Amino acid sequence: MEFADLIKTPKLDGVFLHDPLQANATVEGTLCITGHHLLLSARQENSQELWLLHKNIDSVEKKPSMGQNIVLGGTITLKCKDLRIISLEIKYAKEFFNVAASLEALSAIQNPELDYPFFYRPMYSILEDGYTMFRPELEFAKLINGVGAMGGISSPNVANIAICLPSTSCISVGATAGSSNSIVGIPHPLQNGFALDAAAALTVGGATMILPSCEWRLTNINKDFSVCPTYGATLIVPKAITDEQVALSATFRDGGRFPMLSYRHENGATLMRSSQPLSIQGIKRCRADEAILNLVLGRSKKGFIVDTWGKGKSNTETDLHYSQWKKVNRSIGNVSSPASILDSYAKLIEACNDIGCSTDKWLSRLENSGWMSLVLNSLNASCVVAQCLDQEGSPVLVHGAKGLDSTLIVTSLVQIILNPDCRTVRGLQALIEREWIQAGHPFASRHRYACYTPHQTRNKNSGATFVLFLDCIYQLFTQFPCSFEFSTQLLILLFEHSYFSQYGTFLCDSEKERHDLKIHTRTTSLWSYLNRPDVLQTLLNPLYEPNANVIWPSVAPISLELWGELYLRWVVDQRSLISNMAQIQELVTREKELRTQVLKLRKQALELSQDVSTLMNHHAESA
Amino acid sequence: MDFTRFMNKFNEIERQLSPTSALRLSFDNISPETEEPPDGNKRLWGVPVPPFVSDKVVSWIEEEFNEAPVYYNGNCVLKKVENVRMIDRYNTKNPTVGTLYLTATHLIFVEPDSNKETWILHMHVANIEKLPLSTTGSPLLIRCKTFLSVTFVIPKDSECHDVYTSLIKLYQPVSINKLYCFNYQPAKDDFPKNAGWDFFKLDAEFKHMLVPNDNWTLCSMNEKYELCDTYPRQIYVPKEATTLMLISSSRFRSKGRLPALTYLHNNKASICRCSQPLSGFSARCLEDEQMLEAIRKTNPNTDYMYVVDTRPRINAMANRAAGKGYENEAFYENIKFHFLGIENIHVQRASLQKVLEACEQKSPTMSAFMNALESSGWLKHIRSILDTSSFIANAVDKGVSVVVHCSDGWDRTAQVCSLAQLMLNPYYRTIKGFQALIEKDWLAFGHKFSERCGHIQTDAREVSPIFTQFLDCTWQLMTQRNDSFEFNERFLLILHDHVHSCQFGTFVGNCEKDRLDLKLSERTFSLWGFMANHLNEYINPLYKPNVDESIKANLAPQCIKFWRGMYCRFESGIHPREPLGDLLLDSKEHCNSLEDHVQHLTKRIASFKNYISKSAKKLQDATTTSTTKAPKEPTTSEINDNKYNYDKKLSELSAADDDHPLKANNMSFANLSLNAEHTSPPQALPDEINSVAVDWKPMRNVTTCSCSTPFDQFSKKTHCWRCGDIFCERCIDKNVALPGHDSGKAVPVCRGCFRQMQKQSP
Repeated sequence: MEFADLIKTPKLDGVFLHDPLQANATVEGTLCITGHHLLLSARQENSQELWLLHKNIDSVEKKPSMGQNIVLGGTITLKCKDLRIISLEIKYAKEFFNVAASLEALSAIQNPELDYPFFYRPMYSILEDGYTMFRPELEFAKLINGVGAMGGISSPNVANIAICLPSTSCISVGATAGSSNSIVGIPHPLQNGFALDAAAALTVGGATMILPSCEWRLTNINKDFSVCPTYGATLIVPKAITDEQVALSATFRDGGRFPMLSYRHENGATLMRSSQPLSIQGIKRCRADEAILNLVLGRSKKGFIVDTWGKGKSNTETDLHYSQWKKVNRSIGNVSSPASILDSYAKLIEACNDIGCSTDKWLSRLENSGWMSLVLNSLNASCVVAQCLDQEGSPVLVHGAKGLDSTLIVTSLVQIILNPDCRTVRGLQALIEREWIQAGHPFASRHRYACYTPHQTRNKNSGATFVLFLDCIYQLFTQFPCSFEFSTQLLILLFEHSYFSQYGTFLCDSEKERHDLKIHTRTTSLWSYLNRPDVLQTLLNPLYEPNANVIWPSVAPISLELWGELYLRWVVDQRSLISNMAQIQELVTREKELRTQVLKLRKQALELSQDVSTLMNHHAESA
Repeated sequence: MDFTRFMNKFNEIERQLSPTSALRLSFDNISPETEEPPDGNKRLWGVPVPPFVSDKVVSWIEEEFNEAPVYYNGNCVLKKVENVRMIDRYNTKNPTVGTLYLTATHLIFVEPDSNKETWILHMHVANIEKLPLSTTGSPLLIRCKTFLSVTFVIPKDSECHDVYTSLIKLYQPVSINKLYCFNYQPAKDDFPKNAGWDFFKLDAEFKHMLVPNDNWTLCSMNEKYELCDTYPRQIYVPKEATTLMLISSSRFRSKGRLPALTYLHNNKASICRCSQPLSGFSARCLEDEQMLEAIRKTNPNTDYMYVVDTRPRINAMANRAAGKGYENEAFYENIKFHFLGIENIHVQRASLQKVLEACEQKSPTMSAFMNALESSGWLKHIRSILDTSSFIANAVDKGVSVVVHCSDGWDRTAQVCSLAQLMLNPYYRTIKGFQALIEKDWLAFGHKFSERCGHIQTDAREVSPIFTQFLDCTWQLMTQRNDSFEFNERFLLILHDHVHSCQFGTFVGNCEKDRLDLKLSERTFSLWGFMANHLNEYINPLYKPNVDESIKANLAPQCIKFWRGMYCRFESGIHPREPLGDLLLDSKEHCNSLEDHVQHLTKRIASFKNYISKSAKKLQDATTTSTTKAPKEPTTSEINDNKYNYDKKLSELSAADDDHPLKANNMSFANLSLNAEHTSPPQALPDEINSVAVDWKPMRNVTTCSCSTPFDQFSKKTHCWRCGDIFCERCIDKNVALPGHDSGKAVPVCRGCFRQMQKQSP
């Protein structure tokens, strides 16, 4: 298929652009439609051009204008996934239908290989490839050594990771926080059988004490994605568990998502995630699955299984066979399915866009959308899990139904709460890479339709789980505005790129698909772009001061705030917010500058004062 | 008809129209002679009894307690109860156990383990409820006007009953002369009694708006409150208005509140305020019609003006049946009449009650809370006030004058007039301007603070959160346009506290006349005097003066927010854990300190250089064996620096001098005499340097002051500008000038630093 077949009218003059939410903002210009973009240019100096990726278009609404029973043109309203709504007024009937048909077709292309990232070539040289920055084996090594947990704040220990290849000798790698990605020369895990044998070297009073080697190992059992199609190729399992047991456990769980390590807290308590156990007639238990969980339990007396769907809505482990595991129900919503999260999100945005309604109506629609409840419940569930890990020191297994949505919200939020490293730019990237992308959150299916697609035409696989996750981070951010290295701008940027992007990071549904399409070589990673110093600079929080503590958020309903910066950004003037940020930045910079200036002047003054003293003495003597 | 007879008649009518309020009666009963404070001989266990504690209470105390008095923090304790458990809403599981002290003015709860103290001013108590007995004791629920709500569980029921009955007697005095302000003395001699009372003068505020002028004049007819006793003595009216017009108009308006100028914009459009006309179904008053026409004529730019009735149409209609009502467009020429639908004080009171219930839900779900908030209607009312204010501000901005009234013109009218001015004029968005606005539109024009806040025992139906709403609306504007306001949220909260506390006389009484009769300016302290000593706490660090003339409120319901910081202020744990406002204010102060220090250092460096260059010159003169001495004195040392750069050191310095901050300021060194050097020898420099902290201790993770008082999010953490450590309010009560600062401004230092500095400079 050629794009040219779909583009019926590549160029059209005299198109009027309306922004219905910003009254009296009408621009006349020339419309161009290319394979991936819609362009509208007023062809005037200093006038802004509109660039819209077709993938950003969520819905195309046509409203022909009639005159004497003949269509005289009409208005095409484009509702975008970045929440913006614009209308194009076209004067001629033929062009009106052509443009509408082209846009409908272009925005509905299903073939992922026609996506823009496959065509986009960055104009800059890539300093650091985002696709290799967070290689699973490195991230897992960080996890089990607790290097990540130390967050580079006070980590006197250098963790020595010894990666043992079964056949060859050990490659010993000294990994300190922040420099771990400088490691080169490690064979790709897919090449051979791999085992990870890590030993943390703790320096106590000068003597080096080697702790008993960790109970985890890497496995490539899933190298052809046959055990679990939604997991990555390299996985981490307890060392004592054989690959056969892993495969057995996978058959017991929905979609093969057997219990996997998600996070290891600094006290050693582990956070696991999986999918629900299958309820197949006849299969009552799976000893391999129980074995995995028993090993995770280690020396602690009890563990917790947190169900994010709630009792009776998902399958659960039997008490009989998991006797040491206590079940906790913390459902995110009445129905925690991704589709219902999207429904709620759509209702929220609909309410947000209606700025003319009464206060009562707004409040009741906001309440009706249930979005704030979803945010509250997500935070609540995460806090419960974080408490089990941090205060009880018990392992926790989180699952909902398929373990692809609400489960991931909870496991990743827990890490942001507990682990200061996840509150840095790089840490957040690593978290999203590990807990969302590699963990198989189906971005492509979930984000194919967004909030403006009518409920009936939405695919049942669509969702807004990732938006909910970002909103939860925003809530944490408002409560701890100095503990995050990034600003909320980064969250908004992630929101946009997760829907439409020139980068390949959020393409496809799973590692398998990404592997098949060779995303890693054929597209550019979002992280490669984000981590460029000039880009990164605009996304940093001026007030950031590393905070090594656990950040316990308030989960009182009154503490939550509507994320107006995102949901109202096309509706409500954001200039005041931007000017505030600029001023905060200015103040902080000024403080720093003054401090260095004072130190410099002090030095100078002290030197001079000595000279003056000498001179004075000299005078006194000569007199 | 002569004037005296006219006035008599007028007074008669006035009496008929406005039945004397309960408060007025109580004033009449107290003649100035009898209200002399008791001779102070009254003593209880050898301690003088504060004059506002009534004899009844004293005798009751004598009966109830026959033990010796206990003191807490210098306050005589009337009752002490131990093993009391304090429960706040979000901490129901782990109540704190401590001791409860009841003094004449406060209820103090002390947690012995953590040194934490909770002080509740009796005047702040809104109501007290004795809850049913529980297994652990008798619970006493205290709700405050500051939205603090606590439950004390007292082990013995009899003791609980004692505390309850004493509080009932203490929290709301019967007579206005028993209010806290008549007894209050600042802890230290912070400021004199007269400080603040003369900060704002009505005529000065009007002069600010260039009034009187060609169109507006001062009316002297209210000098003795003859026209309207709830108005200020000075009222400004159109020059064209005749005496007859003024008198008739005031007769035709409810409570005599005739149309008077409150704000004149720079485009000649004005805001006038009044009360509703006594129009009934058909009555009209020619002079009142002329009066409005005269107001319209003061603005030559338009041929019409707006008359805004802030009430819902239905309320205004109902008033017509009572002989009141609204202007008929058919009688009043050239006016455009608008109803703008703000509900009355009773609706607002009920709404606030529901807000508090919404906040008090036990472990609420998101939807339960949001439903409760919606059904309270509070945000709807806030929005309608902002909406009306925006309407007025827009009209004035476009050059159309507006006359505003509601029923009596002292509640809704005060709200919308002051908010419109806040939107229109940047002056009112400064600290001084905001205080002036309150003085003018609230205090002078007779908002009934004592009744609306329930200062004394009065009709509960007169209490209403009108001023709270004004602060809320201001806060809404502040959150929307943070950089336009000089003050911060703390400023609004302190105002709210003291409107109710009666610690200062500023908000006592119902109108200007009341306050004069009570001689408040002689007998009490002024809040403005108190605030003047704490201005640095009220600064908005993000304020950008002169950004915009007028600001517009965004009235989309999505932009009207619930003011958690006010209504849930004392719910610990629900607020952001890292308060941005405090942190930024702290950064700002730190910058100020460093800037001052930079200024000082540069001056010192300049004078050092000056000295070096001079002595270098002398040296050169001495070494040259020529006969005459060099006659030239260096004019500017900067040039000399370059001239005598043979010295290696010197050349280094001038290189370092390139990023000299003073260079940009074009500051000449000529004004630095050598005398200055003599007063501060170079040996003093280390001391000067040590007197300013370069780094301030970060606020995070500071949980207690050095005095072991724990910090929570309400406590103000203050940095010592000398050592950079953090202290609580009580530990940092000294202000001194630091030798390392150029300005010589007194800045906060901790006690330790204060002692050290005194040692250094005896």
